[in-house]
Amino acid sequence: MDKKIVVRMEQITKIFGSVKALDQVDFELRAGEVHALLGENGSGKSTLIKVLGGIHRMESGQIYLDGKPVSIEDVFTANKLGISIVHQELSFAPRMTVADNIFMGKECRNRWGLIDAKKIMQESKRLLQDFGSDINPSELMCNLSISQQQVVEIVKALSNQVKILVMDEPSASLSLTEVENLYNAVDRVKEMGISVIYVSHRMEELFRLADRVTVLRDGKYIGTVDISDADEDSLVTMMVGREIEPHYGEHKIYDDIVLELRHLSRGAMVHDINMKVHKGEVVGIAGIVGAGRSECARVIAGIDKGYEGQIILNGREIQIRNPQDAISHGIVLIPEDRKEQGLVLMQSVKFNLTLCVLKKFIGFIGVNTKKQNQITDEMIKRLRIKVSGRDMEVGKLSGGNQQKVVLAKWLATDPKVLILDEPTRGIDVGAKAEIYSLIDELACKGMSTILISSDLPEIMRVCDTVYVMRKGSLGGKISGDELAQEKIIRYATGVEHE
Amino acid sequence: MSKIQNRERLRDGNGFKAVKNNLGIILSLLVLCILLTFATEHFLTTRNILNVLLQISTNGMIAFGMTYVILLGGIDLSVGSVVALSGTISMALMARSNWPLVPALLIGVVIGLAVGVINGLLITKVKMPAFIVTLAMMNITRGLALIMTSGKPIYVQDERLLIIGNGKFLDVIPLQIIYMLIIFLILFCVLNYTRYGKHLYATGGNIEAARFSGINVDSVRIIAYVISGVVSGIAGVMTAARLYSALPTMGEGAEMDAIAAVVLGGTMMTGGSGTLGGTLIGTLIIGVMNNGLNLLGVNSYWQDVAKGIIIIFAIVVDIIKNKKKQ
Repeated sequence: MDKKIVVRMEQITKIFGSVKALDQVDFELRAGEVHALLGENGSGKSTLIKVLGGIHRMESGQIYLDGKPVSIEDVFTANKLGISIVHQELSFAPRMTVADNIFMGKECRNRWGLIDAKKIMQESKRLLQDFGSDINPSELMCNLSISQQQVVEIVKALSNQVKILVMDEPSASLSLTEVENLYNAVDRVKEMGISVIYVSHRMEELFRLADRVTVLRDGKYIGTVDISDADEDSLVTMMVGREIEPHYGEHKIYDDIVLELRHLSRGAMVHDINMKVHKGEVVGIAGIVGAGRSECARVIAGIDKGYEGQIILNGREIQIRNPQDAISHGIVLIPEDRKEQGLVLMQSVKFNLTLCVLKKFIGFIGVNTKKQNQITDEMIKRLRIKVSGRDMEVGKLSGGNQQKVVLAKWLATDPKVLILDEPTRGIDVGAKAEIYSLIDELACKGMSTILISSDLPEIMRVCDTVYVMRKGSLGGKISGDELAQEKIIRYATGVEHE
Repeated sequence: MSKIQNRERLRDGNGFKAVKNNLGIILSLLVLCILLTFATEHFLTTRNILNVLLQISTNGMIAFGMTYVILLGGIDLSVGSVVALSGTISMALMARSNWPLVPALLIGVVIGLAVGVINGLLITKVKMPAFIVTLAMMNITRGLALIMTSGKPIYVQDERLLIIGNGKFLDVIPLQIIYMLIIFLILFCVLNYTRYGKHLYATGGNIEAARFSGINVDSVRIIAYVISGVVSGIAGVMTAARLYSALPTMGEGAEMDAIAAVVLGGTMMTGGSGTLGGTLIGTLIIGVMNNGLNLLGVNSYWQDVAKGIIIIFAIVVDIIKNKKKQ
């Protein structure tokens, strides 16, 4: 049972400015295991692997490899010691070929000292084939799917004679089908006898992949458990340090239909969508990435212009020609990519929160600062946004709090229909729970919500009715007691039809 | 079987790809040449073609160096003023201090190198934006050139300088064209056949990825600015040699012409994608167009307007092409 220990990190401490990102953390990795590193954002798990990978330098502590103390000065040393990180935000050069990316920084040279392009191509092909992948090494990186890009990154790491592969939230941006490819890749890495450190938020995948789990919280080591001894609740409790409140219960759904779509079509991605959203109801749109869910939302919000069919709001047909139309009717889309589409990161919380309601405090000339501050404070309080003050830069907030700012920004406009596109992607369990209870709270106050999500437990947790989209059309509608993950997957993959 | 393999190799080969990626501008250049051949009497003559090449030689050199910098997602606005400073310093050393020819010219090139080093260090180590750093260096070097000459030309009388500047290879091809081609070949080989070239593309494409792959991204960037500076220095002394005098106003606006050629040649301003061959064609298009407008007797002020229109056109075509791919 006692396998050899490949990595032991002892009493690792790392300080950023005045913040202790890691406080005497211990970590142990056995040979050939997949060891999950779990924790909320800001718990220090990314910092820990960056210390191991030579990106950050620790203030104190000691790292042992195969029992021998080592000092990891930089990325280069880490690579030489056989440690390789596949980063969360995939880091590759998009306009270079797969082969050039695999051999980046260690390009083959011929005897003249010049680049041996042929050898790079052949070696890449061999490496990819050894990994069981049929990706063409001369393809440009930007033409691959995200899971293929991950495979290339893994292969790149393997080509460095890696002994320890660290994966930082690799599933964060993957769709259902792509996640399966990733899991298979991790399995294959494990079969090759390589130890894996797998950083993740997603609880369910740990049970699929990991042998052991180490939990960090607020930069401190909480504990390590065998996955066979753990269950979801106990892990969440370890992560959060408090019990998370269970399902909020049924929303009160009124009979009034607030939003109705009749035969809504636009292009290939939105085809003949019929949907009803009642007052106080949370409607989920499930389906795999690329099924047309976001596109459907974009039509309703007026971002993609021109559609066929009817959009009916409170019994009256409305025309939505642009986002301004949608907003004036009280239809608001909170986009998927909060950094690019939702926030001005370099500006303050106040600036971002009040961006959509400028009319409320800016007259013909002159700004009513008092009113602006009042709106800001009210929103910060209502959504429990953790900020040091209303002038704090949004870019410095954690992912969960950034998402709350985006929500607050739109809630300030008093919308009637709220469309949320992947509202909890990349944020931690604690913030997720808060966003769920916020959605519940809004629903109870009569808000109609459309939630687009790839996270099935999330859909199950929050939604009253779920529409499943597949290839731009509706695959099925599930509500009430019929709501089950398996059923959603069957509709999403086309195994079952309505 | 072997035929198929051959064809595949051809498809994957560098040459084929380069032509395919630059197809748009290659066609534009051909169409432009064909139109001018029919529209003017003198376009398609050896003399005129050599004339076009001679006129683009300075801009070409600078644009090749600029390609390196833009491939990194950077910019070098100081190149035009470096032309002036390098030229004036090396001519001043000869005319006023009686320096021998070769060391004087070398000093001119070293000036370019020094400016490149300063640019590179400020951008990578002090982490200033490239636009600001090189804008400041542009002013500083131009100012120094004006101070050096008190705003007046420096004349040099030296037989060998005359040959370097205006000599002809085999009595036909102006040496200036040869210089440009040599620089092109060197920079082409460095970009395509050395580790440095790959590191340049990697750093420009994703600086974090490059850093994590163990590439010293700071030195990659510094070297690119140094190459741009050195090439501008060479362009400076060569321009001075051609005029056998140095003017402090030499190279005014050269940075914009170089950027125009690079962008026309399909290099992305955000870095990571582009070719030196594209820049050569971009330079040729601008040169042929200027020449054509001259031959057609169009007011020379219109050349700037035409250049601007062509740049916008090239970028629009690029955007449409990218959209189609998606």
